[in-house]
Amino acid sequence: MNSPVELERTQVDPLGREVGSEDRPWMTVVWNDPVNLMSYVTYVFQKLFGYSRDHATKLMLDVHQKGRAVVSSGGKDKVEADVAKLHAAGLWATMQRDS
Amino acid sequence: MNGWSRQGTVLVTDFSRQEAAVLRGLVGQVHEMLSGRAEDGPKDELAELTGIRTGHSTAPDDPVLRRLLPDFHRAEEEDGELSERDSDSAAALRSVHEPELLEHKTGVAQVVLDTCPESGGRIELADEQADAWLAALNDVRLALGTALDIREDGPDEVPQDDPRAPHLGVYHWLTVVQETLVEALTS
Repeated sequence: MNSPVELERTQVDPLGREVGSEDRPWMTVVWNDPVNLMSYVTYVFQKLFGYSRDHATKLMLDVHQKGRAVVSSGGKDKVEADVAKLHAAGLWATMQRDS
Repeated sequence: MNGWSRQGTVLVTDFSRQEAAVLRGLVGQVHEMLSGRAEDGPKDELAELTGIRTGHSTAPDDPVLRRLLPDFHRAEEEDGELSERDSDSAAALRSVHEPELLEHKTGVAQVVLDTCPESGGRIELADEQADAWLAALNDVRLALGTALDIREDGPDEVPQDDPRAPHLGVYHWLTVVQETLVEALTS
């Protein structure tokens, strides 16, 4: 997730604050859930994000096997809207910043 | 119910009277819970004037409602506490988004109540209605799954005299209804 450009930008200023922290992207995280069906989760990823069936299936399997997956990223408003859409579909989604 | 199939532009199935009654009953209960949550939200004169709604800022105490209306942030460690900043942010995001989420969820529940006849029989759905059914079926399964404490490893079945047995049967039936609808919609 980290590009060299971002690494350069993350420096600490003399007061100890992280410089460039406002530029770090937000991430939409979907968590594993024992109720949601694999086929439904794949369908939701395709429908909400326009992902191909293969990509949506890969993300669904990551959620299922690793317990979580980052399904989208970007500015705060975009990610906030993505989480809201996932909640409407009944998926367990949260947002966080790359740290 | 033998699953859904696509016939031209619509998705079709048949429900018995009993199946229709079970589904309508559960969807109605979830609708009621969500409406109750919406009604006891904060009342704000300014919001009524501007039309900008403000919802609850704290998560519901009830575990079923809490699962249907999740927080926007989660602590990295299992059962860990959110940092103060994340906790403030989660409260703010909930109050902004919860009214719309409640409206969406009661809306999809209403689509099921409007398209599933009390007497059962043939049900025909346009694709958009089928999406509403999927979301409503999912909410009902989440509600039952939370109440039955369904986990990754089960239980798939319980002894017949277990008080959860009939509910678990309904849960598995709802799984089939939802799974076959996804299949019919994507095939």
